[in-house]
Amino acid sequence: MTIPKQTLEEIMNLAATHFKVPREKLTPDDDFFKTLGIDSLQALDLLTRLEHHFHIELPDYELQGVSDFRTLADRIQARL
Amino acid sequence: MESFDGQSLSWELKDGVIELALHRAPCNEIGSLTLDELEQFITVLEGFKDGARALVIYSEMKAGFCAGADLRELYQQSQELEPKDAARGVRDYLERIHRVLNAIDASPLTTIAAVHGVTFGGGFELALVCDLIIADKMARFCFPELRLGLIPGFGGIPRLKRDLGNAVVRDLLLTGRSFNATKVQQVGLVSQVVAEGQSLKVARATAAQLGKFDRRTAAAAKKFIKPIPYEELRREIDIFCELFAQPAVEAGLRKFAESEDPRPYLP
Repeated sequence: MTIPKQTLEEIMNLAATHFKVPREKLTPDDDFFKTLGIDSLQALDLLTRLEHHFHIELPDYELQGVSDFRTLADRIQARL
Repeated sequence: MESFDGQSLSWELKDGVIELALHRAPCNEIGSLTLDELEQFITVLEGFKDGARALVIYSEMKAGFCAGADLRELYQQSQELEPKDAARGVRDYLERIHRVLNAIDASPLTTIAAVHGVTFGGGFELALVCDLIIADKMARFCFPELRLGLIPGFGGIPRLKRDLGNAVVRDLLLTGRSFNATKVQQVGLVSQVVAEGQSLKVARATAAQLGKFDRRTAAAAKKFIKPIPYEELRREIDIFCELFAQPAVEAGLRKFAESEDPRPYLP
C-alpha cells in the first residue's frame, strides 16, 4: 500500500509536538522510540493520541514490533 | 476515623464524599500490601453509610489508574511454596480481593471511579465495581490476562457480562487489545469522557450532584438496577484457579516477572 505523504506528515507532526522534539529531526524510517526518547507507556500514549487524531481504532497488537513512522503510517492508513 | 494515610492508598471523608486515592508506584499494582489496606478500608466503609453519600476512587500515579494484580509478587510467592500450597495461596488471594470488590460493588453509596492512563486487568476490574466511570480521554482499558494463560480473576468477566453485550466482552477478553476511553464510552461502560487531567475534578462535581438526592432512595435504586453476580463470581475464581495450575501460566508469569521493563503489562 502506498502511504499518502499527508498521513505520514500528520503522524510525525503530532509526535514532534507532543514529545517536544524538533520536527526536522524526525524522518519516516526513524526508530521513534529512540528519536522521540519514549518508553512503552509513552508509546501507548502516542497510540491513543493517533486514534483521536485520525478518528480510528488501532488495536495495539497491530503495533507489536512496529518502531518506525513509515510502518506506523501504513497501519493507520489501512484504517482510514 | 475520617481519614487514613497508608503505604499504598489513602482515604478521607469530607463533606459527605469519601475519596480513596491509590498511590503505590509504579501504577498501583494490587499485591498483599494494597489488599491489606483495601480490607481495612472496607471495614470502615460500612460505618460511613450514614455519614457519606458517595465514594470516589482515583489514582495519584501519573502512569494511570491501576495496572491490576501485582503479578511479580504473585509469581515470587508461588515459587516459594509447594504447588498445592501455591494454589491455595492464589485462591485465598482471590477470595480476599473478591470480598473487597463485592463490598464496594454492593455499597449503598454511589461509587465513582475517576480513571486516567493505564486501567488494565485488575485495575479495570476495580473500576467496573463502581457505579460510574469517569475517564480522562487518554485512559486506556485492557484485559491482558490471556497473554499469561489466565482469565481476569477479580470479577471482571461477570461484571462485564452484567454491563455489556457479549460480543464486546469477547472482543476485550479474546483479543487482549486495549480500548481508548471514547471506545469504552461508546460500548456503554464509561459515563463521561473528559479532558486530560480532569477526571477527578469532574468526579468531584458529580459526587456533589449526588448530594441533592435522598440517600435511601439512591441506595434503593442502585440495589434494584445493579445486581451482584455472586454465582458467576464464584465460578470465575474456580476457573482462574484451574488455569493457574497449568504449566503455561508459570512460564508466562516467569517471563513477566523477569522482564526488565518496569511496565511489562503493556503490549
